[in-house]
This record gives sequence, C-alpha cells and structure tokens, in this order.
Amino acid sequence: MDWVNAVVQGILLGGFYALLACGLSLMFGVMRIINLAHGDIAVVGAYLIWVVVDHTSISPFAAAVIVLPIMLVLGYALHLLLLERSRRAGTLIPLLTTFGLAVIIQNVLLQVFSPDVQSVGGAAGDITTASWQVNDQLSIPVVGIVILLVAIGVLGGLQLFLTRTSPGREMRATAEDSDTAELVGINSRAVYARATALAVATAALAGLFLGIRTSFEPTSGSMQLIFAFEAVVIGGFGSLWGTLIGGIVLGVAQTVGAQINPQYSMLAGHLVFLAVLASPRGGILVGRWAQR
Amino acid sequence: MSLLSVEALDVRHGLLPAVRQVSLTVEEGETVALVGANGAGKTTLLRAIAGANHVHSGRILFEGRDISGVTAHRRVRAGIALVPEGRRLFPGLTVEENLLTARAAGRRGPWTAERVIEAFPMLRPLRRRTARNLSGGEQQATAIGRGLMCNPRLLLLDEVSLGLAPIAVEAVYASLRTVIESGATIVMVEQDLRRALQVAGRIICLLEGRIVLEGRSAELTREQIAEAYFGLRGAGGLERA
Repeated sequence: MDWVNAVVQGILLGGFYALLACGLSLMFGVMRIINLAHGDIAVVGAYLIWVVVDHTSISPFAAAVIVLPIMLVLGYALHLLLLERSRRAGTLIPLLTTFGLAVIIQNVLLQVFSPDVQSVGGAAGDITTASWQVNDQLSIPVVGIVILLVAIGVLGGLQLFLTRTSPGREMRATAEDSDTAELVGINSRAVYARATALAVATAALAGLFLGIRTSFEPTSGSMQLIFAFEAVVIGGFGSLWGTLIGGIVLGVAQTVGAQINPQYSMLAGHLVFLAVLASPRGGILVGRWAQR
Repeated sequence: MSLLSVEALDVRHGLLPAVRQVSLTVEEGETVALVGANGAGKTTLLRAIAGANHVHSGRILFEGRDISGVTAHRRVRAGIALVPEGRRLFPGLTVEENLLTARAAGRRGPWTAERVIEAFPMLRPLRRRTARNLSGGEQQATAIGRGLMCNPRLLLLDEVSLGLAPIAVEAVYASLRTVIESGATIVMVEQDLRRALQVAGRIICLLEGRIVLEGRSAELTREQIAEAYFGLRGAGGLERA
C-alpha cells in the first residue's frame, strides 16, 4: 500500500511539474528557444503573488488573478526587448541571454526580498492541509488534485488554442516555417511574443502552486528549471501532452525513489531522465532537436 | 500610375550581387513572366518584391508608395502575395489550415477557402489532410490557393511547375487560367518558355541579374528569347567567345 501511495503522490507531483514545464515546452516548440530563466520566472511569479498577499491579505488564488495579467505583459515585453534580438543571432545566443537573465533575476530577488524562505501556503487557508483519507495508508491531498486539474486544464487549453483558433493556427504555422508565415501576412515577432507571454504566465501559475505546496527563496528557480527541463525531455521536446506524461513520470520516479530511501528522491528523477536520454528514444529526440 | 514599379534595384546575397540595376513596371491586370537561366536572379527579384530578401539599393514602389523597407507581412497586408519556390506549405497543418493562415493578411476579397477549392477541385477531398501527405501537384495547388487567400492585388508565382508531373502542371495551369481571367495581376517565374509565352502577356528575360530582353509575348520570337536567355546577344557572350 505504501507503494500505491508513493505512485499516487508521484502522479500529483507530476501535475505540478507538467504545469511548470508546459511554458518551457511551448517556447521550445514555437521558437526553438530553451529558456534557462524559466524556473526563475516561476519564482518571480511566486514572489509577486506573495507581495500581493502580504499587502492585501487576500488569498493567493485571488492574488494570482492580479499577477497573471502582469506576467503576460512582462512576457510579451521580454520577447520584444530581449529574446527577439538574440533569436536572430543564432541558437547559442538565446541560451546565453536567458542564462544571464536567470542570474540577474536571482540577484535582484536576493536584493529586494532577502534570502529568507517564503511561502503563501498559510494564506491559502485549509486547502493546503486538507486531504481525502482513502484508508490508513492512502490519503490524497486536495491541493495536489487541484494542481493536477489545473495542469490538465492549462495543457488542454493550450492544445485547443493551438488547434482551434486563428492565433493558435498562426502560432503553429510560424513554428513550422517563420519565413513563409511572414509571406502569408503573419507577423512572426508578434506570434513569438504571444508565445513568450503565455509561457511566462504559465510559469507564474506554477509559481503560485510552488508557493502553496512548499516554500521558495530567491535561488529556488534553478531547481525548478531542472525539473521542468527533465519533464520536457522525458515527454519529448515540444509536445504538450508529452509534457504531462513527462511530468508524471518524473514525479512518480521521485516519490517511488523516496519510498525506497528518502535520499533517493532527486536521484531517482535524474536517473529516469538520463535513462530516457540514453535510450534509443533519447537518440531520436536529440536527432530531431539537432535538425531544428 | 503602375501597380508595381521597381527602380534600379540591387539585391545581394552577402557580397554576391544577384539582381543588378533592374527596373521594371507592372500594370494592373497584366501577366508578366520572368524567364532566364538558373541563377539569373529571377527568384531573388521576386523575393525582394515580396520582402523576403533585403534590398541593397534602389526602390520598390507599390501603388506609388515606396515599400523597400517594409517587412514581408506588411507587404502581404498591402496586397502583395508570393507563392514561393518549392511550395513551402506548413507541413503539419491540413490543407484547409494552410489556406486559412492567409487570413492573417486581413484582406477581404473574392478569395475564400470555398472559392479556392472551387478553382482547384482536386483539393476538395483533401481538406483535412496534412500538407506533408500531399502529392507535388496537390501541394502546389494548395500553395497557390494560400497565395490567393491573401486576396492580393499582385500575385507573385515562383516556379509553379517545377518538379511536378506533366499532368499536374496541366491541372495547375488550367486553374491559373481562371485566376488570370478574373483580372488578377501576376508576375511569374517560369522555366518552361513555351508555357510562359502562352500564359503571359509580357516576357522579361534576366541574365546574370540584369534585364536583357523585354517585350510583349506576341511580338517576341522564341529565337530572340533563347538568345537572350543564354546571353548570346546583349551581354556580349558571342563577341567574347
């Protein structure tokens, strides 16, 4: 039963990783940029929500409703001011740009908020601690279910957006061939900026749940980036539903690893990631990536 | 005022001049064919007009307005659509989705997805098929349809018959005839001289980036064009030899 519990908790944790990773996956899928600041952007979202909660004492969910539009605008601006220029300079430059951005974000957060550990879990109310007791060994935390449902909702929403709407169709067309997209009247810069805006907003949403589930500090972003990156790779680059599977595989690996020995949690996740990369499937993924 | 006028245009690929001092005008309702050997600069000229290649010097005027520095997507919105060489469809999108991307141009007009499928009946059963699973002729029809969906005032067609089976070329040209008869203005690159003479009212022959011959197709002989095509005259090829 302990194992069942570990797997159930892992699936719920996977929902969080999928939410964290979908923005990374979207940006890679649409413009072939790996945003190394993605985890730190999630932490920025967490801090902004924490600030709103701290000043107004509203629930973090309500605070997120205020913060997410701000993050959309920041994401749009991030692309136009920084990423568009570096994107045109080749594949390496965006990597360096976002790495630099990550360092800057961490240091600014350190300056502004001090290295103290923060959380918005307390302000979120009973939801943080509530759970459904299935039996003695198995209890399902409500917040975990909420996160998984939000992740499925966000991924499903993105999928619908991409396949059923004109801006989504333009985004897929630009992802496939941006030069030709321009030739049918699509403003590729605006499309990329929209993708970045969506990615940044979903990262902030992940930041909300990071702050509710656990705690965060200015340097938390790096670890979040690694989880997101592993989920994207396990799930296959740039595929949205693959990202959900990848997140869940990573989450289950971590909780099952922790079940064997609490020290093995991270290690088990990394090992699964490496196993996927070393497998024939990993070879295909890397090859597909190199082609792009 | 001409619909399109190109003045002393120079386009370069890096240091290599591809189009040199080209001047031409296109009137509303005309069909002009650009002919010339491989590497003569036809595609580059067309892409420069569409905004896909940068202008090194000279000007491109569309409806009297200088558009030399305008981005490609804004030129589409102004009414210039290019059907690029090699079709360049979005491979993962369906035929219908490929057509609908052109709505981004935001130009209303006679061409809708329904009308394109009427003009290219071969596309009717393929609407939901992804573009990568189409034959060459079907891809070309979709690409032309996508260009038309921009409802352009000027349609640029680059090598629409390249790599197609003869029967597919016939089908594509049969549909193009409807487009031309509807009064569209077209500049096309066509390798097949016989076909260029059939379809176009005017022929412009390029050699090494320059215009070496220009005239009404009815008034040009194939020999004249062939000479210009291979640079046997005008460019001084014979004299040098």
